[in-house]
Amino acid sequence: MATVPVPAPEQEKLVRTWETAPGVYGWCATVDHKQIGIRYLVTSIVFLLLGGVEALTLRIQLAQPNLKFLAPEQYDQLFSMHGVTMIFLYALPVLSGFSNYLWPLMLGSRDMAFPRLNALSYWLYLFSGIFLYVGLPLGQAPNGGWFNYVPYTSSEYDPGINIDIFALGLIFLGISTVVGSANFVVTLLRTRAPGMSINRMPILVWGTMTASVANLFAVPALSLACFMLWLDRNFGTSFFAVRGGGQPLLWQHLFWSFGHPWVYALVLPSMGIVSDALPVFCRRPLVGYTAVALATVTTMVIGFGVWVHHMFATGLPTMAISFFSAASIIIAVPSAIAVFAWIATIWTGRPVFKVPFLYFAGFILLFVIGGVSGFMTASAALDWQLTDTYFVVAHLHYVLLGINLFPVLGGLVYWFPKFSGRMMDERLGRWAFWIMFIGFNLAFFPMHIVGLEGMPRRIYTYPADLGVGGWNLLITIGAFMLASGILLFLYNLVRSLSVGEVAGPNPWDAPTLEWSTSSPPPPQNFDIIPIIASRHPLWEDRLEDVEDRSQLTTGYLLDHGRETIGTTPLDAEPNVILRMPGDSLLPLCLAVATSVLFFALLSKLWLIAGLGFAAALVTLILWFAPEPLADPEHPRLYA
Amino acid sequence: MIRARWILSCPALALTGCASLPLSYLDSTAPVGGRIAQLGWGMLIISVVVVLIIAGLLVAAIWRGSTEVDGRELAVRRDTGGMRWIYVGVGISSAVLAISAIWTLLTLKAVAQPASGAAPLTIGIVAHQWWWQADYRPSQAQGNFTTANEVHIPVGVPVRFELRSADVIHSFWVPKLAGKTDVIPGRTNSMWVEARQPGIYRGQCAEYCGIEHALMSFRVIAEPIDRFRSWQAAELSGRSPQQGSASAQGAAIFAAHCGACHAMRGTEAGGAYGPDLTNLGSRTTLAAGMIQNTPRNLAYWIRHAQEVKPGARMPNVPLSDADVAKLVPYLEAR
Repeated sequence: MATVPVPAPEQEKLVRTWETAPGVYGWCATVDHKQIGIRYLVTSIVFLLLGGVEALTLRIQLAQPNLKFLAPEQYDQLFSMHGVTMIFLYALPVLSGFSNYLWPLMLGSRDMAFPRLNALSYWLYLFSGIFLYVGLPLGQAPNGGWFNYVPYTSSEYDPGINIDIFALGLIFLGISTVVGSANFVVTLLRTRAPGMSINRMPILVWGTMTASVANLFAVPALSLACFMLWLDRNFGTSFFAVRGGGQPLLWQHLFWSFGHPWVYALVLPSMGIVSDALPVFCRRPLVGYTAVALATVTTMVIGFGVWVHHMFATGLPTMAISFFSAASIIIAVPSAIAVFAWIATIWTGRPVFKVPFLYFAGFILLFVIGGVSGFMTASAALDWQLTDTYFVVAHLHYVLLGINLFPVLGGLVYWFPKFSGRMMDERLGRWAFWIMFIGFNLAFFPMHIVGLEGMPRRIYTYPADLGVGGWNLLITIGAFMLASGILLFLYNLVRSLSVGEVAGPNPWDAPTLEWSTSSPPPPQNFDIIPIIASRHPLWEDRLEDVEDRSQLTTGYLLDHGRETIGTTPLDAEPNVILRMPGDSLLPLCLAVATSVLFFALLSKLWLIAGLGFAAALVTLILWFAPEPLADPEHPRLYA
Repeated sequence: MIRARWILSCPALALTGCASLPLSYLDSTAPVGGRIAQLGWGMLIISVVVVLIIAGLLVAAIWRGSTEVDGRELAVRRDTGGMRWIYVGVGISSAVLAISAIWTLLTLKAVAQPASGAAPLTIGIVAHQWWWQADYRPSQAQGNFTTANEVHIPVGVPVRFELRSADVIHSFWVPKLAGKTDVIPGRTNSMWVEARQPGIYRGQCAEYCGIEHALMSFRVIAEPIDRFRSWQAAELSGRSPQQGSASAQGAAIFAAHCGACHAMRGTEAGGAYGPDLTNLGSRTTLAAGMIQNTPRNLAYWIRHAQEVKPGARMPNVPLSDADVAKLVPYLEAR
């Protein structure tokens, strides 16, 4: 135990212990969750821009009937890469960026439970993203859409390397997702500050935990399906090939039993961002914390039982369809809980119209529109008309952009002071929000209408007599407006890094633990590990019904090398001291070895693939070798 | 000019459900499609009302609280009636959701099969990259015939489609008659439709199936039963060998350049890779519904298929002007 202020020498010792080595070595070897979080955010936004450029290119082609701006094959590769990029390389990784940066800060920990695994998951993400993109400049990018239905994607109908890139790339990325998820789950369960029992965690933490547990179950289905497809394509197996007794529908079941939980994994953490940050701008705690937390988990549980609603038109028995249709309609109940909790929070609070509030309030509207269109597609009989039309395209963009992108941008504005120590400009921020919000609705709302008018999705052109040329022009204009809003947002962000107003530790007067450290936080996050007594440690003195007092100035110093506290999963009672690793090149080495393996498999260079695999094994052996103690004079007992 | 027409027509179309558009389905009056359209309108209205209510509440909540306060003020107690919002809101939502689920299940049951139990007419559909084959088997005695991209059905009679794929997954969709049914290799899916009104109903492949997925359309032509019967009889009689030298030359060109892929009943040409071209002259469109079937379009299509429909399995056939001039009348003759 120590009391604050921590004496300067102790503080310096902590900084020295935790800071990343300077220079190129440090850049490659860092395991600091904050640096990794920023890398995740930057990389995923680069992919967002790539996917956005692809989308704009598609929209030029569709602006009017019978245009010849893109050849059909170019269109197919671009729409496939747009989907793969946005869903796999932007939407989840950007949330991992928030979680990586913020979790330890919100939980009162010094790092993630497995810092080196954290670095590994980032490097794997980066390299698998590059892997998925190698085909595009060669005109050989994946061209089967993001759900890649066989047999169109079998070697018989699609003989190039396009689909091998997809299959291997997603297995590759899946490793990153799984190690990242495992790390999140353990971090959440074991490294919360003492006293932060499970009912005192921020909702974002609930969202990421739920998503991470789901990923551990869902991603293997995708990896398996992709592996089977790769075998079918390259070694003549017949998992999906009718000729050898395989079943094309097996792919759809495997893919969607992954895919549907996955789309919830893309939105639950961002709903958590709103649940945590919206109340700050309503100047009161969230209404119905327990209900919202349980709704998060419930959504995911039901979410594992609705995958067949992507397959209503495949000719399955009516009985099965009825069950999945009803389940898909009922899954709206937990979402309704969240929506009414947010509205009640605004209603009973006092809204402060800062830019993040605009994003969160706008998000609620988009969430509801995406929700009701989801409710319509959940109705199996109606879905026989709606599926594979632009109505579904409208729905999924309202859901994925509305529920992922808007909270993410709001979250970026909200936590920007914590990341950088400076505020983003309010005036530019308002402009960017309104341009984006109007552009988004211009681009995606009319898609509902052209969908109801029968425009199929995934078509590179359409005849004039379909009668949707005017709407499509409007959609294209809206898409460019949305893009310009995003560029303005990023301009504001980059500009504010150097000229933004200096923020201080807690510029929004927010209640959670990350706002108790300096902005940006020191390498060790907290000089002492705090002891938590309520859900809102920084609001305790002002909330009428909170009598407990968290101790932010008294707690565990833990300065024998890199240490943090390990606590029990439910009640967060401290029971071990965790010894944390320092800078290490092993994550980068393992990721490079894995990349060699996957690039060699793609090129069918089996010997090099074997070498890559062997190098990965050697790296793992080094990884597991015990490190010497930091202070052999005073050995400490670790978990 | 197109723009001006669009500006005038759009709001009206959006309100009326776009009655005139070829693939819109909320105006369907067919037994299956109409039942689904009712459900569609119902759920659409529920959805719009929900969005309006929530948007209203959201605006009211923001407006209500937006007093000029010091942003740092923190005075609200936790239990200021917030939970009541959740109880009431979720209670109402659950009831609406439950009703919608039941309505969906009733609709599913109602459209599962024709009221009469079984459909008297069955048509086999085989989907190909990127066109549709229709197999008619009127009876054992009369024999079979095959046509492409234009499916004739009688009005007022439930028709069952047996859907098979020759290659990849497609989806058979005639929006004004019924919803989609996927066409999956290795499986035979089936669906039924019934047309109340005679007319031409547009159809479209709805599952992404490769580079010409966009242009894989077809037509369902619903005719009164007697006209359907005479069409069927004409098809069954097939093609009788044409008289005259021009026609004979056309037949020779067809046999030499087209017969490997296309069939023509009554001749030696029996290719099964492309559409059966018997009675091509009776079809209204070419290239899976893409262009009107006129002699000029046909001549262009034969020699420039890859420009009309890039990536189609039909190659540009290198024929001289003179050969085309003989082949086209042969194909268009009835």
